[in-house]
Amino acid sequence: MIRLAEGEGFKPPSAVDFNLPPIFGDNPFTTKPIFLVFFSVILISLFFILASRKAAIVPSKLQFAGESVYSFVRNDLAKDVIGHEFMRFVPYLFTLFTFILVNNIFGIVPMLQFPTMSRVSFPYVLAIITFFVFHYVGVRKQGAFKYIKEIMFMPGVPKAAYILITPLELLTFFLVRPLTLSLRLFANMFAGHLLLLVFILGGEHLLEGVIGLKLISPFAFSIGIVLTFFEFMVQCLQAYIFTLLAALYIAGALADEH
Amino acid sequence: MITLAAEGEINPLVPHTAEIIVGFIAFTLLFLVLRSKVVPMFERAFTARTEAIQGGIEKAERAQREAQAALAEYQSQLSSARGEAQVIRESARVEGAALLEQMRAKAQEEAARITAAASAAIEAERTAAVASLRNEVGALAIELANRIVGESLDDHARQSRVVDRFLDELESQKK
Repeated sequence: MIRLAEGEGFKPPSAVDFNLPPIFGDNPFTTKPIFLVFFSVILISLFFILASRKAAIVPSKLQFAGESVYSFVRNDLAKDVIGHEFMRFVPYLFTLFTFILVNNIFGIVPMLQFPTMSRVSFPYVLAIITFFVFHYVGVRKQGAFKYIKEIMFMPGVPKAAYILITPLELLTFFLVRPLTLSLRLFANMFAGHLLLLVFILGGEHLLEGVIGLKLISPFAFSIGIVLTFFEFMVQCLQAYIFTLLAALYIAGALADEH
Repeated sequence: MITLAAEGEINPLVPHTAEIIVGFIAFTLLFLVLRSKVVPMFERAFTARTEAIQGGIEKAERAQREAQAALAEYQSQLSSARGEAQVIRESARVEGAALLEQMRAKAQEEAARITAAASAAIEAERTAAVASLRNEVGALAIELANRIVGESLDDHARQSRVVDRFLDELESQKK
């Protein structure tokens, strides 16, 4: 927006718009995304601590709201996907889901309006943690040798096929999985936010134009509003997908044969 | 902004060190908080709820079992009391009948005894009366006859013969 005021004519929003400058001097730890991430941690912690504090048999509205989210992750994600050992992974998956969800939704919260996960570093972090979690689980469960062997030489496959399958499997487990996990989340948030920027900044720019362009401006804004609702759906969906895939990878590592 | 723009194209896929560090710290922090404070509390609520529901069911089942046991006990007590009453009634009836029979026999015996005594007494009285009557009537009649007939009848044998004849005549006349 500042850029627009400075610039001559309309510059379409680009990756530059996601590179927000530090708020305090040159300190790279004082950017908006970093503040938002810490804010999300405080927000989620406070909400769930308050919701779960009483742990009453008959829940209050707040406890019910917190429980709904928690039991969604616990039962529909962890329990259904992982099976009888699910309880060990509930804290991790619960953190993952709430962390991604809240940071995504920041993208459409007035005043905040920045999806933290559109900064690729954060999805990378989550994917790296997930990567280590599911490999650690697999190694612990089956032993390092057997676990690697199962990945490289999938049972029930003709010997000759290993020439093709073994590199593919290794690639899948050690590169594709963490990469797709993080990039899917990042790209969805990035593209969604970019789309909103295009319509809202575009609408703003049209307002500054001649009278004919001013008339088109409301259309740009209404599309921006519709897209905001659409973004909300995508933000929830991406949090769900990331957590679901993490649960699936853990389940796969726990299973004796995959 | 301007400085960043001056650097040219920005690759959005390149991570930033500061963000990586913050991401790890923030996620770990959130994980620790949720794991230590939130998950155990929610699990406790879930467990308590399950227990409350299960406890309620078990309590109801136990109450029902107890009620059924009590009912069975009452019924068995009732039936045993009934049997007992039956036995008591039966024995009372038998006893009563025996008592009645005994009493009746006793009364009959008594009655028979009284009757016998009475008839014996009556018989004795009659005999005595007849004897005295006979003596007196005889004496009176003889005296009367003596007076009327003037015939001395001091011989005892003759006297009694005369008297008997007289009495016989009387009796036949009576008939």
